Formats: sequence, structure tokens, C-alpha cells
Amino acid sequence: MQNTRLSGNSSRKFDLQRIVVLAVVIVLAAVFSIFSRDFRKFSTVVTLLDSFYYFCFIAIGVTFCLISGGNDLSVGTGMVCYALIGGFCITKLGLPTWAGMLVTIACGLVFGVLNGFLVSVMNLPAFIATLCTMLITRGLGSVVCGGAVNWPARSSPNGWFRNLFKLMVLNSSGKKTPVPVGVIPILLAVIIMSLILNKTRIGRYIIAIGSNKEAARLSGVNVVKYQMSAYIISGFFAGLAGIAYVCATTSSITPGSGAGLELDAIGGAIIGGTSMTGGVGSVFGTLLGILILTLLKNGLPKIGLGQDWQNIITGLVLIFAIYIDVLKNRKKA
Amino acid sequence: MGEVILTMKGIDKSFPGVHALDHVDLEVCRGEVHALMGENGAGKSTLMKVLTGIYSKDSGTITYEGREVEFQNPREAQEAGIVIVHQELNMMNHLTVAQNIFIGREYMKGFLIDDARMNLEAKKLFDQLGIDINPAEKMGNLTVGKQQMCEIAKAISHEAKVIIFDEPSAALTEAEIEELFKIIRDLRAKQMGIVYISHRMDEIKVITDRVTVMRDGSYVGTLITKDCTKDDIVNMMVGRVIYEEPKTHSMVAPDAPVVLKVDHLNAGKLVQDVSFELRKGEILGFSGLMGAGRTETARAIFGADPKESGDIYVNGEKVEINSPQDAVKHGIGYLSEDRKRYGIVVGKTIAENSTLASLEDFVKGRLIDRKKERDATQKYVDRLRTKTPGIDQLVINLSGGNQQKVVIAKWLVRNCDILIFDEPTRGIDVGAKSEIYHLMSELAAEGKSIIMISSEMPEVLRMSDRIIVMCEGRKTAEIDIADATQEKIMHAATLR
Repeated sequence: MQNTRLSGNSSRKFDLQRIVVLAVVIVLAAVFSIFSRDFRKFSTVVTLLDSFYYFCFIAIGVTFCLISGGNDLSVGTGMVCYALIGGFCITKLGLPTWAGMLVTIACGLVFGVLNGFLVSVMNLPAFIATLCTMLITRGLGSVVCGGAVNWPARSSPNGWFRNLFKLMVLNSSGKKTPVPVGVIPILLAVIIMSLILNKTRIGRYIIAIGSNKEAARLSGVNVVKYQMSAYIISGFFAGLAGIAYVCATTSSITPGSGAGLELDAIGGAIIGGTSMTGGVGSVFGTLLGILILTLLKNGLPKIGLGQDWQNIITGLVLIFAIYIDVLKNRKKA
Repeated sequence: MGEVILTMKGIDKSFPGVHALDHVDLEVCRGEVHALMGENGAGKSTLMKVLTGIYSKDSGTITYEGREVEFQNPREAQEAGIVIVHQELNMMNHLTVAQNIFIGREYMKGFLIDDARMNLEAKKLFDQLGIDINPAEKMGNLTVGKQQMCEIAKAISHEAKVIIFDEPSAALTEAEIEELFKIIRDLRAKQMGIVYISHRMDEIKVITDRVTVMRDGSYVGTLITKDCTKDDIVNMMVGRVIYEEPKTHSMVAPDAPVVLKVDHLNAGKLVQDVSFELRKGEILGFSGLMGAGRTETARAIFGADPKESGDIYVNGEKVEINSPQDAVKHGIGYLSEDRKRYGIVVGKTIAENSTLASLEDFVKGRLIDRKKERDATQKYVDRLRTKTPGIDQLVINLSGGNQQKVVIAKWLVRNCDILIFDEPTRGIDVGAKSEIYHLMSELAAEGKSIIMISSEMPEVLRMSDRIIVMCEGRKTAEIDIADATQEKIMHAATLR
């Protein structure tokens, strides 16, 4: 009882965390800009955003699984797998580009349903269930496609889709300049998913299940259905990420890649204030969390800290973020 | 009191091996607060679970608003207007108060949830109850008392006609209880039927109109509260039957040294200023109702939970116990009430479990000395008469009584002289029970000192040399076995 009282200011703390995260984004961007002339270049921003898009999509999906008290480890390898199968349909089966994109999203949905079935109907622990589908998606792309796949190049008539995230326009001097229009779908996704999370039954029940599954069940919430919907959302966004991924990738898509991305995505969500134990989280927070990780990934090399340092610093940031989550939970327990 | 709204008649319910309810009757009127009382395990909760469709009855009838009913699940009961306010609150801490109250039946505006409307409706409910809670506050930020008010508001929003309170005051402060009573009186004035389950005698006198007492799954009787005394109710609760021959006098030598002294121990709400002494060769019984703080006291002594203040002396020397390792070092062993969770590793063998607490004595270099481990285990299997085909048997295959013996062996191997038995015979059949009793008596005769926490009155009276009674985190009585009676103990256990 005493403990319940102690947690009286936790909701305010949560807001504080978001302000801190926003401040970190600004500070990081400022520091990198000051110390690296290279970082200030427009082309750097465009490159940074390329990886940010797909990263952000999978993290938005994973956020819903985390809030429901679960997890989804299949999103990283899944994203690559769905993109491979979609690309295979275009290049090998001759489907139009839009159909290939739909296939990519459909694959995501299928695996979302599978994950949801394993977790909510078969009651497998989410961590293990999605670890298994992570392995499955890792191998499946190669089995279906038989090797690397190239989505149509920008120059080809079927390459129009690349403009969805990076639009090439002629500037005044007659040179082609990229405009990072991918920001628009990302912002749309954040707004819509925030609305779904906070203002619709799906979101409300996902939070309720993550907060106290038994209480939600006793209140008449269809726990199986809504727990499953969190995984379907995650799968759908892994599919969207697949499309953003091929738009950002000019070389061929390699089967079996994408492992590790899911951990970064989960890390980003947690930095953004989503709780590992469920019931708490925000889509906007995830956006900021991913922004921090993307800034670190792109900025550190520019100030002379290579891949190794990048991993070390990302790890330290994550420890810090998870520790804040643990502290918040300790007060509630 | 108005007309009868609910009648349960001849309700019978058996679980494998237990006759949980034996033809129990209960009648609730409109505008009545009806207390349901009985010791732990008397069947109160089971009866309410039968009423609300969590369990199905074997026989008997339930008549509600003039019709015979049988609810299949709590939701059906709820829709008919029978609601339970549970002891453990079913709340989602991360949602707001209004979101909790209206979960599953949200007000919508198109596709979107109309939170503003829900806050408004919740506010109306609270106004109706005369309580001041902000509907937009996160549930987790409220005190337990306020959370309970929200549960009540939720119940009323379901148009409840019968509300069951399952030990509502257990976690509340005095002020919160006052507020709760005010609400209950309001509900009574609105002609609702209220079932009030509680152990607190004083509350029963203050708030209830009638009392139904249950004992061992049977119906004992119904009294009009204002016409009876506390003693009447206590006598009905404990009955006159003595199941086991109680100990008549203490077996402890008058000059036996004090091996454990606990001085003004404080640890949270359930351990407040507890002091006592334990003598060599003594069995000290800890009696009290559920939530009295007995297990919490034991866990604080054992270092499993943090202490706020207070000193512990072992063999006259002051000791610092901040963790179970410290306790074990000073020769204190704790046998948890929840054996499967804290006592044994069920998937391991008897030998592996027996040496678990003292593995450092069984290593040769870096490896475990199998022979030494087997010898020691065999010694205690023989001594405790553990029934097993062999010491390599997995503990999961043993009966409850024999599992308990393995836990005892674990602490004996560790040379613990002070043993805390928390509900030592819970979930153990009658034959094995008396074996455990003999074993405890033997251990005490050999000079081990035992603290025995037990919710079973006959067990306390049969085993203890001295009895400490706790109520709501405080020691309320210390009784020598020669003077102990069920009535005295129950009186001290229900002091509030």
C-alpha cells in the first residue's frame, strides 16, 4: 500500500523522460554538427534518414508488442525476408511493382498472425515464439528466392516506388537533388498509430492486457483477439519496413540479413519510454528513441569513432534506458 | 431490512479429497449488510465463488429475485446484478480510473473512444457515492483505499443489486475504512443487499445487520448482530470440537537458554514492533488469521525481506541478518509455506536437494563430492524416515509429506539449530501430518528450537509449548500452552 502511494508521481516522471529524450536528440544533433563538418551536409541527412525509415517502422510495430507485455524478435530478419519475397515476385514472376509491394506487406501480416497465434492461442512465451519465427524468416527468404534479389533500379520504368521515400528533383542548376519525402509516411504512421494506441479499443485493450492480463480478462476483454492484434500490427509494420528498406538499398537484398535490427528496434522503443514489462509506451517516444540510435549510428563515425565505439556507446545508452524502466517498475511493485 | 433478494440453500461442493461446502445456507435481504464469518478455510470464499459462477455447485439451490438461478461465469452474475469487490483488486494500473471502470463497454464516438464522456460518467458515479476521485488519474497512482472505491463505483455502474465485499478492510487505513462504511450505509439505504466477509469482530458489530457463521465448510448459524456478543460469534467460529489431543504443558526445561531473541522488530505494515524469545528445545507456535503478519515476521527474521528496525540475538549475541545467507550462517533455517516455490527444486533428486543449502561442505576441489553427498543424504533419509525407493529419486515424485522431509533434511544437513516451519502440514494428508508432528517433537527433544507458523488451531494446540498470536502485524498475545484455549487464541487473533 505504501508502495502504491510512492508511485504517485510516476506519470509525471514519464513525461519528464520524454522531455529528456527530446533534449538528447537535440544535443546529439548539435554536438555532431559542431564537431563534424561532414555531418552538417545535406547528403548526410538524407543517408541518415534512409536507414531511419525502415528502422522506425519496425520499432513502431514492436512497440505494440512490448506494450501488450510481449515481444517480437522476428521483425528484423522478417523485414528482409518479406522484401526478398516481394522482390522475387517482381523480378522472377513478372508481377507489377505495386503487386510486389503488396506481397511484401502480406507476408508481414501472415507472420504477424503466426506470431499472434503462437503467443495468444498456444500460449508460448513471446520471446521464444518470436525467436523461432525469427529463425524461420531468416531461412525462408533464401529458400523461396534461391539467392539475392534486386528490386527494380531507379532508372528502370518499374523503379518509381523509390520516390516514395526519396524524391529526385532537378534543382536550379539542373542537377538532381534528393528530397527525403519518406518523412511524410513516417509522420503519418506515428500520428495514426498514436491515435490507435490511445483512442481506439485495440490500443486500449493492448495496454490493459500489458498492464494486468487477468484483470482485463475478468473485465470481459477478448484477450486472445487483442493480444494477437499487437503481433499483427507488428507484422504489418515489418512489411512496411521491408518496402522502406528496398527503397533505401540500391544493391541487392541478401537473404539471411537483418538479424540484430529487432534488438535495436526494441532498444529504441525502450529509450522512448516503453516498458519491458508492458502497459506503458508511446509511439512518439519510439520515434525519438529510434532517432537517437540513428544519430549515434551515423554521427559517431563522423567524429572518428568507428563501428566498435558505436556498439559500445549504444550498449551504454540502452543500459541507462532500461535502468530507468527498472526503477519505474520497482516503485510500482 | 426489506424482502429477501437472495437465498442459497443446501449448497454442497466437493473437490477431490475435500468436502469444501457441506449443505450451507445463506439468506440476504434488500437493504441489509450480512456478515459472513469463519476461520481461514471455513468455506466463505468458496461459497461466494459458487454464487458467482466461478465454481459450479454439486447440489442445492440459489434463488435470486424470486427465480432459481445458476450462473455459468462471473459475467453472467454481473449482468444479473451480483458483483464481487475482490480482496485482490482487479485493476489495470496503467489505465486511468475512468478507463478501468468502463473497460469492455467504452463510450465511443465513431471509431474513437470518448474519454471525455467516460470521465464525465465516472464523475457522476463518484458524486453519487460522495467520494472525491479524479477519473482521469492513473489507477496506479491511487492508494489501495481509493482503488477499492473505484471497484465499488464499477460495481454500481453495473446496476448491482447484491454486492459482495471480500475482506474489504484488510488493506485500508482507519480513515479509509470510515469512508468505506459511509458508502456501505448509503448502499444499504438504497436497498441493496450486501455480503460482508471480514475477520474483524469490531467491524462486524458496527456495520452489519446479521451474521452467518461457517466452520469447516458447514453452516453453523445465523445471528442478529445487535442481539449477540463477540463471544457468541467466536464460539460459533471455533466450535467445541477438539480434533487432536492438545499438549497440556510445556516440554521445555524452565532453565533452557534463550537461543533466539527478537527485539522490537519492524518490517512494513505487517510486522510492527514484534518482540519474542525462543528457548532451546522449544516449539513456539505462531497463530493468527490470514494476513496477520506471521510469515512476514519469519521472512524478516530470516533476512528474506528488509527490516526497518529492531534487533535479533542468537545465543545471546546480537547478529546482523540482512540476507538468507546471513541467517543460515547463524543456524536459522526457514521452511516456506510455499514448498514448491521456495523450498525445494522439484526436478532434482533428493540428494541434490538435501545438500543445496550447504554445498560448500560437499566439494572436493572444484567438484561435488558425490560419495559424501550420498552418505549424508542417506543418513537423513533414514533418520527422517523419508519414504523413497532411493536417494536418486526426483523430488517431484515424492508425496507432499516426504517432500517436506527433504526440506527438513536440507536444513539439518546445514546444522541449523533454529528452524522456522511455515505451515508445515499444508497440503499434506492426515497420516503424513502426524509423522511430521512426531518428527518436530523429536527435533525439539534433541535440542533444536522450532518456530511453527500455523493457521490450523488444533495443530497449534497440539504442537506448541508456547503460543504467540498476531493480528494485523502486531503481537496481540503470548500464551503458555497450559493456559491456551481456542477461544483465547481466536479472541487475540480478532482483536480489532
